[in-house]
Amino acid sequence: MAVPAIELRNITKTFGSVVANDNVSLSVYRGEILALLGENGSGKTTLMNMISGIYHQDSGEIFIDGKEAVINSPKDAFDYKIGMIHQHFKLVDVFTAAENIVLGIRKTLDLAGTKKKIQEICRKYGFEVNPDQKIYDMTVSQKQTVEIVKVLYRGADILILDEPTAVLTPQETDRLFAVLRNMRNDGKAIVIITHKMHEVEALSDRVAVLRKGQFIGTLKTSETDAQEMTNMMVGHQVSLNIERPEPLDPKPRLVVENLTVVDQDGIKKLDNVSFTANSGEILGIAGISGCGQKELLESIAGLQPVESGNIYFIKNDGEREQLIGLEPLKIKELGVALSFVPEDRLGMGLVANMDLVDNMMLRSYTNGKSMFTDRKSPTKLAKQVVDFLEVITPNVFTPVRKLSGGNVQKVLVGREISNAPSVLMTAYATRGLDINSSYTIYDMINMQKDRQVAVLYVGEDLDVLLELCDKVLVLCGGKVSGMVDCRNTDKHTVGALMTRLGGVKA
Amino acid sequence: MIYISRRTDAPLKKAVAIKAFAILLSLVVCALVLFVMTRLNPLDIYIAMFKGSLSTQRKFWALLQNTAILLCISLAVTPAFKMKFWNLGAEGQVLIGALVSATFMFYIQDSWPSWLLILVMLVASVAAGLIWAGIPGYFKARFGTNETLFTLMMNYVAIQLVKFCIAVWVPNGSSVMGVLNRQTQCGWIPSLFGQKYLINILIVALLTVLMYIYLKYSKQGYEISVVGESEKTARYIGINVKKVILRTACISGAIGGLAGFLLCAGTGHTVSATLAGGNGFTAVLVSWLAKFNPFGMILTSLLIVFLQKGSGEIAQAFRLSDNISDVTTGIILFFIIGSEFFINYKIHLRRK
Repeated sequence: MAVPAIELRNITKTFGSVVANDNVSLSVYRGEILALLGENGSGKTTLMNMISGIYHQDSGEIFIDGKEAVINSPKDAFDYKIGMIHQHFKLVDVFTAAENIVLGIRKTLDLAGTKKKIQEICRKYGFEVNPDQKIYDMTVSQKQTVEIVKVLYRGADILILDEPTAVLTPQETDRLFAVLRNMRNDGKAIVIITHKMHEVEALSDRVAVLRKGQFIGTLKTSETDAQEMTNMMVGHQVSLNIERPEPLDPKPRLVVENLTVVDQDGIKKLDNVSFTANSGEILGIAGISGCGQKELLESIAGLQPVESGNIYFIKNDGEREQLIGLEPLKIKELGVALSFVPEDRLGMGLVANMDLVDNMMLRSYTNGKSMFTDRKSPTKLAKQVVDFLEVITPNVFTPVRKLSGGNVQKVLVGREISNAPSVLMTAYATRGLDINSSYTIYDMINMQKDRQVAVLYVGEDLDVLLELCDKVLVLCGGKVSGMVDCRNTDKHTVGALMTRLGGVKA
Repeated sequence: MIYISRRTDAPLKKAVAIKAFAILLSLVVCALVLFVMTRLNPLDIYIAMFKGSLSTQRKFWALLQNTAILLCISLAVTPAFKMKFWNLGAEGQVLIGALVSATFMFYIQDSWPSWLLILVMLVASVAAGLIWAGIPGYFKARFGTNETLFTLMMNYVAIQLVKFCIAVWVPNGSSVMGVLNRQTQCGWIPSLFGQKYLINILIVALLTVLMYIYLKYSKQGYEISVVGESEKTARYIGINVKKVILRTACISGAIGGLAGFLLCAGTGHTVSATLAGGNGFTAVLVSWLAKFNPFGMILTSLLIVFLQKGSGEIAQAFRLSDNISDVTTGIILFFIIGSEFFINYKIHLRRK
């Protein structure tokens, strides 16, 4: 066989007492797409960060094209023609695409030449980039394209992409995959980290699986299937079907009428939105990021000033209670819970420097008349959440920032559900979560459905939305572009609805 | 090639060892510097340093009293700092509290019973400090103004107010105000067991315990931590962030006012523009060094006062410039603060 573009030999990396990578050996060849699979915290990103110069291994060697390489900084990685596209984009908002692409290259600034070269790269692989467009004017997928062009511009021929599709619509994902295939055919070595099995099957040539920091093995994609890969990843048999029990006796619980929200800059974020959420049903909300999902949930939770419209909460006796104008705490007391998992997973809802107990207490500390906090019941709750959701943590007095992303989310969602809400709003609950944890969360949401809770589920993965939810409300540019029944809709219909209105370019 | 990694688990033993080593090292460096500059025996200098606060009973009580005042001001800034409200106006809050106390002493003289006057002075001083911090607090909560600049500027307003009052009160144009009610001692905090500072010290000791409980176990203390750590989360959880900011700024100012009262009624029985003496800023250091733990602040404030006193003694005993004390204090603090880095991070050497 040919000499591998990258060969890792016995790489070990520890952070304090945590072994992130344990004796990992792995090869990537030119002209192939390798999918790197593994649960959250299995060490995929750490491994790739060592190749791209962000970390340095404790022991083991990296060989590039058969020669031992010492990679101490991202610059060293670039010198070996390695480029990594991170989950969080590293672009200057007020600069144009071209300016961002030349940033940091220490040569005479020649924007005209740069643009020509950018266009060449775009033509070669099938990108669409306007070099003069400012980053803040771009959609997420356009920003990602700039990131990819940036590393290609610098001559990278080994590309690493960390969960590139997490933020893309199906159409955008298809386009990205077409580009990646072109690059593979051009002889580049590509590593892609992803959690989505159908993407692995559609795109990759080989699959490498990590579990708890250890290298489990590689498979040819054509010779395996989602079930086998999942079992390797998790280490035991997992069922891949999301359950969808039939709703029992659905009754209107939350009625939104003609809701319009204008943000501080005077831009309409929600435009005349109306819908009804029923008890015992899961209502999915789909849309490209920034289409008003966040504003919708925040309006219902009382965190967002509303321009006009009504939001009614319907009590068990049929009485309507107007939510607009109520204090967030009052709305919470009615049983409306919101768990929003932001891009950085922490920012909202959790306090990184506080331990699990204090984070549980965020929702309950106002209980009781005493001026002192009660830490007993949050401690109990924290222990329950840790046990039930299998949160990996030394104990419940560990600051949340020390937990891995998936575990942080379990804590957040677990806390919201523990409130026994009658309306549960959850946004991106499985953002970046591995299969096993995601399924735990789906189960939790289904349990709420059984409890006659009206669930509003904002998600990114259309496959999941359509499998889990009863109905999906599609937003586009702040307007409702459709309400579909999930039992007889496919994802391309929803994808088309997401981009149908002229408000946002896809 | 050197690289630095975060220590995930710094055991207490190790932290204490690193700190102790840092202090030892700082003393060695101080000794070298002093020897090079003065050719004096460093050991003599260190002995003099201890004499500064421990040689006589009077000096010992002065050490405790100064520590109590510094600790009180540090307790004042702590809730604000924990909320990431950078209250740099403790100096002014102390001053305005002292000024209000002095105003009562000046105008009432001995026409009220002493206990009543003390009580009124206490309430008025606390209220004055509260307002002094409440103003920037309100503007921060309502308009999002920068509290650092605002509280800093309020210091100068307080200083000028004191100067103005002294100019009005002292007839001969002197800028120094004499001791008020010297004869009657009306409005003076009385001695306890023959120690005139004992009540001051006890009040601050009680306040230390209360502040510890408030920050650690009260709902309001919890709200302060949440707002300080993440305003977004606080908002999401339904905490009224504006209210918490205003309330905490007021608490911070009120304790500053109390320190002013202790300085005027319990210590000097007068007021001057330099009364706070920079303690409003030193308090920031005390609070940070103790990581906002009130009990830790007992140690850090004691350390700083001890260093100040000792250095003053050195300057006097060896007829050195006053600045030498700043040099030694600076070196020692530098090492103590610097040791934090080695507690939180580990340095590795890697061969290329």
